[in-house]
Amino acid sequence: MTDLTTLEAELSASIAAAADAAGLEAIRVAALGKSGSISGLLKTLGSMSPDERREAGPAINGLRDRVAALLTERKTALEAAELDARLARETVDLSLPAPPRRKGSVHPTLQVMEEMTAIFAEMGFQVAEGPDIEDDFHNFTALNFPEKHPAREMHDTFFFHPGPDGERKLLRTHTSPVQVRAMQRTNQPPAAPWIAGAMEPPIRIIVPGRTYRCDSDATHTPMFHQMEGLVIDKGIHMGHLKWTLETFIARFFEVEGVVSRFRPHHFPFTEPSAEMDIGCDRSGGEVKIGTGSDWLEILGCGMVHPNVLRQCGIDPDVHQGFAFGLGIDRLAMLKYGMPDLRDMFESDTRWLGHYGFSAFAAPNPATGLS
Amino acid sequence: MKFTLSWLKDHLETDATAAQVVEAMTMAGLEVEHVSDPAEKLAAFTVAKIVEAVQHPNADRLRVCQVDTVDGRLEIVCGAPNARAGLTTVFAPIGTFIPGSGITLEPRPVRGVVSHGMLCSAAELETAEESDGIIELPDSFPVGASAAEALGLEAVIDFEVTPNRPDWLGVAGIARDLSAAGLGKLRDLTVTPVPGRFPSPIAIKVDGEACRVFSGRLIRGVKNGPSPAWLQARLKAIGLRPINTLVDITNLVTYDRARPLHVYDAAKLVGTTIEARLGRHGVNGDEHLIALDGKTYELTPEMSVISDAAGERPVGIGGVMGGESTGCSDETTEVFLESAWFDPIRTAQTGRTAGITSDAQYRFARGADTGFVVDGLELATRLILELCGGEPSQVVVAGQTPPPPPAVAFDPAYVQQLSGLEIPPEKSGEILEKLGFGIEKSGKSWAVTPPTWRRDVEGKADLVEEVARIAGYDALPATPLPQTARPAGGVLTVRQNRARIARRALAAAGYAETATWSFTHRATARMFGGGADALVLANPMSADIDTMRPSGLPNLIEAAGRNARRGFPDVALFEVGPVFAGDRPQDQRMVIAAIVAPHAPRGWDKRPRDDLFTVKADLLALLEELGAPVASLQTAQGSASSWWHPGRSARLQLGPKAVLAEVGELHPAVLKALDVDGPVYGFEIWVEAIPEPKKKGKTRPAADLPTLMPLSRDFAFLVDAAKPAGDLVKAVAGADKALIASARVFDVYQGAGVLEGHKSIAVEVMVQPREKTLTDAEIEGLSARIIAAAEKAGGRLRT
Repeated sequence: MTDLTTLEAELSASIAAAADAAGLEAIRVAALGKSGSISGLLKTLGSMSPDERREAGPAINGLRDRVAALLTERKTALEAAELDARLARETVDLSLPAPPRRKGSVHPTLQVMEEMTAIFAEMGFQVAEGPDIEDDFHNFTALNFPEKHPAREMHDTFFFHPGPDGERKLLRTHTSPVQVRAMQRTNQPPAAPWIAGAMEPPIRIIVPGRTYRCDSDATHTPMFHQMEGLVIDKGIHMGHLKWTLETFIARFFEVEGVVSRFRPHHFPFTEPSAEMDIGCDRSGGEVKIGTGSDWLEILGCGMVHPNVLRQCGIDPDVHQGFAFGLGIDRLAMLKYGMPDLRDMFESDTRWLGHYGFSAFAAPNPATGLS
Repeated sequence: MKFTLSWLKDHLETDATAAQVVEAMTMAGLEVEHVSDPAEKLAAFTVAKIVEAVQHPNADRLRVCQVDTVDGRLEIVCGAPNARAGLTTVFAPIGTFIPGSGITLEPRPVRGVVSHGMLCSAAELETAEESDGIIELPDSFPVGASAAEALGLEAVIDFEVTPNRPDWLGVAGIARDLSAAGLGKLRDLTVTPVPGRFPSPIAIKVDGEACRVFSGRLIRGVKNGPSPAWLQARLKAIGLRPINTLVDITNLVTYDRARPLHVYDAAKLVGTTIEARLGRHGVNGDEHLIALDGKTYELTPEMSVISDAAGERPVGIGGVMGGESTGCSDETTEVFLESAWFDPIRTAQTGRTAGITSDAQYRFARGADTGFVVDGLELATRLILELCGGEPSQVVVAGQTPPPPPAVAFDPAYVQQLSGLEIPPEKSGEILEKLGFGIEKSGKSWAVTPPTWRRDVEGKADLVEEVARIAGYDALPATPLPQTARPAGGVLTVRQNRARIARRALAAAGYAETATWSFTHRATARMFGGGADALVLANPMSADIDTMRPSGLPNLIEAAGRNARRGFPDVALFEVGPVFAGDRPQDQRMVIAAIVAPHAPRGWDKRPRDDLFTVKADLLALLEELGAPVASLQTAQGSASSWWHPGRSARLQLGPKAVLAEVGELHPAVLKALDVDGPVYGFEIWVEAIPEPKKKGKTRPAADLPTLMPLSRDFAFLVDAAKPAGDLVKAVAGADKALIASARVFDVYQGAGVLEGHKSIAVEVMVQPREKTLTDAEIEGLSARIIAAAEKAGGRLRT
């Protein structure tokens, strides 16, 4: 029995001293392997008498089990230590910078275009489109601009050179030509599927798009964005126009206490015509909406001129309605505080990053417009 | 245009302040630009009387005055040499801001004597450039009266007139509208004719083209010279320069009645006839005229020319400007006065051609009152007789006054129908009559005749505007739009919706959205396949933006260059906008263009951030979002446009005629021409080329989620080095469409161990068993089919 005690003491000591998995395995083989010391002892049990076996059996089996347990325990400990050591070696400095990612952004004008579209969509307006290169008919004549009238000159129109047929195309000076495209009775389908074709009243559309005038300063650029609105139905009057625009302005600016007023004005294609002002404060050098005693003009509007309706084949004694034109860039500047219109088109990444919007700022009734 | 309050009050009986006038003008449709109101600026300054003035005990040049002021008798220290007892002058109390010196008065002792205010000079009130003493006022002004009033200063209102209202280019016209709007009573505007004493020795001839109607008369024995102070003051207040009485009278009538006139020095006229005719082509080119502004103008056959010497000598451009040779001077004793009516379009064109905008040209171009031609002449005659004396001839008139505007049939109920305003018919009638309209009522139907100065009124909607704007737009009843059925699929067009998706997707992927001009430089347009004559602007803003852009890329590349020159070269930009292949509507297409100019800061981990393939990944992800059939897209390597790197670009297409996008690295020569350092990667998507999905309702087909594990098999094929890997992959994936879920390249190798001129492409094929696990034999069979398919595509299994 002394032998077993000694053997166990020796084995425990060497297991405890085993420095790594390989050393431990060698000890296991030497003890429990085919020709290991404990295996050898177990083999002797077969040649023993039943009495001897009754005594030695449990002792040797007990020794085997205890050594096996020690081996497992030590193996687990060694593995844990090894993992710790490996993890220690694998340390990285997380204060190092992550690879840079560019911050994308949505342009404020286009953000505002989506905001406006969302508000008008709620009021039942559909989006319609038309071409940027227009003809004189759609941009002027059909909109009741008299030939050679000063009102035409006031538009600072960009013209192209006359074509072989003598026709002089132009860049649309407003989104209003799409009114004509949406109303005019014609036998021909639109030249392309995206271009508005004649609709039957009731018509309720908005037309966001690029417009062009030959002008440049802090509040004018040769290209800018406009949104036209057009409502044609039976019995639509100026009160509906007023409600529509007042409702729009209140929702768009997302501040309390926006006040507005309508002033008579003149546009060839509306009669009566009006401009809308909103109350603001200019005392601090910048324009603040929803406060102050100053007025700021923000849009032109009016009842569609009977001549325009007639020109499009709509009987003004049956159907009537209103139209308005909003400057998208200008509304963006007012709402979000950009000082110079020209910056909108400069593509300075610093400006885009500062005034741009997150991809996730899409207008949403649950979160607001931006 | 400008006018003063007192001028307005010549025509309008009213107690309204400048602010009330401005408000009423604004709400009647006149856009007020600016108001300078001295009464407001100088509100604190009042009339005061010096009772006593004694020498200051401690200063030679100062006087200590006892002054009767609005605040009682005060002791005030004054340095002015004219500060003396009995003087009526202007007082500013403590706390007043003095505009001329820019200081605010404080109660500070002046050399030991406290001054309780200040006596002011004209310079301190900014009513004169300089002054050598305090203001001296007539004794008649009572203490405490407004200094601005005592000094005769008044508000000047500067406003804009819309082109439909030439009658507003005269103060009387504004008074008429303000009176209708309830601001006061319009004084009588009628002009009583002045009988002529002798037949006009000068005759008039018009041809109807150049001038519709021309009236005139001679006034002899006039005494010209500087006009009286009131007239000079009136003109100066609105920014006009007084010249001499005769000319000042024409300017007065121009601004008072929107009725331009002209005065000729009759002694300088040649012959006895003034003729209005069109300009003439001579043998030596067109006629010329040295006008009153001293400049020489070429007279074209489109212009109206006023001539004398039997039509031979031009003496004026009709309705625009007179000639220098017959202008009136201080020495003029015989004046021929002209009041004519020139055609608006011809006058507008003449102004444009000659580059002249005069007060007369501006008014005739917008349409002068056809009913006030002779009246204007009579009004001016009166003023000339009054201010210059003289004896008038009888009036001579040539030509025909254009007919008055026709009557408009009008049912007053239409006011409410169009405007929503509930206005009783009597009220509508009253407004129209106050504005000068004639009404003939027969029951519900009225015949409304616009006045001769309102040629803009042509129909019943115009009449509604008249009634509504005078009644006030404030009263418009805000009325909700009728409810309509909302379109089920949203309100955007397919294009607009794609633009929206692209915007959000690319912004999320790190690209900054830009909005750039729709135009570019013609040379740049040519480089990108455009620049056709039809797309070049005749009047560009500047030469570098003179042509409609054929592609969305060049403006983005140039933007990258500008950012680089500011020190920020690392950019990823995109734009959704139009490009133009021609000038017809269908030639306009919408593109989504994006570029990456990779200049990322150095990273400690040395990982490259961008390359062509990250841009390709962004493009494919976006196409997927836009609903493009990405799996069916062909990558046509090397067939992209000339502005791409020929070896590093491709077209993504559904067929040769259905090109959805191009992607690649920009051609170095293009970048060099646009002055941008490469490389620049990018893509351009033609939005309309993406087929519209054939959607049938919102429900989706059942999901395909096999229960069996997929397995993967690797193959390596040798292919010709020039052959696109995409072809091989497509062939492999198509070997068994039922079983093969995907095939992707995981290694491309060229070099040792691979046949010269070839490359090895390693493909991992994912196999998705459907009904049952595959047996070894089935897998072998599938492998054989894959290898066979690869062979057909030119790939040989590498062994």
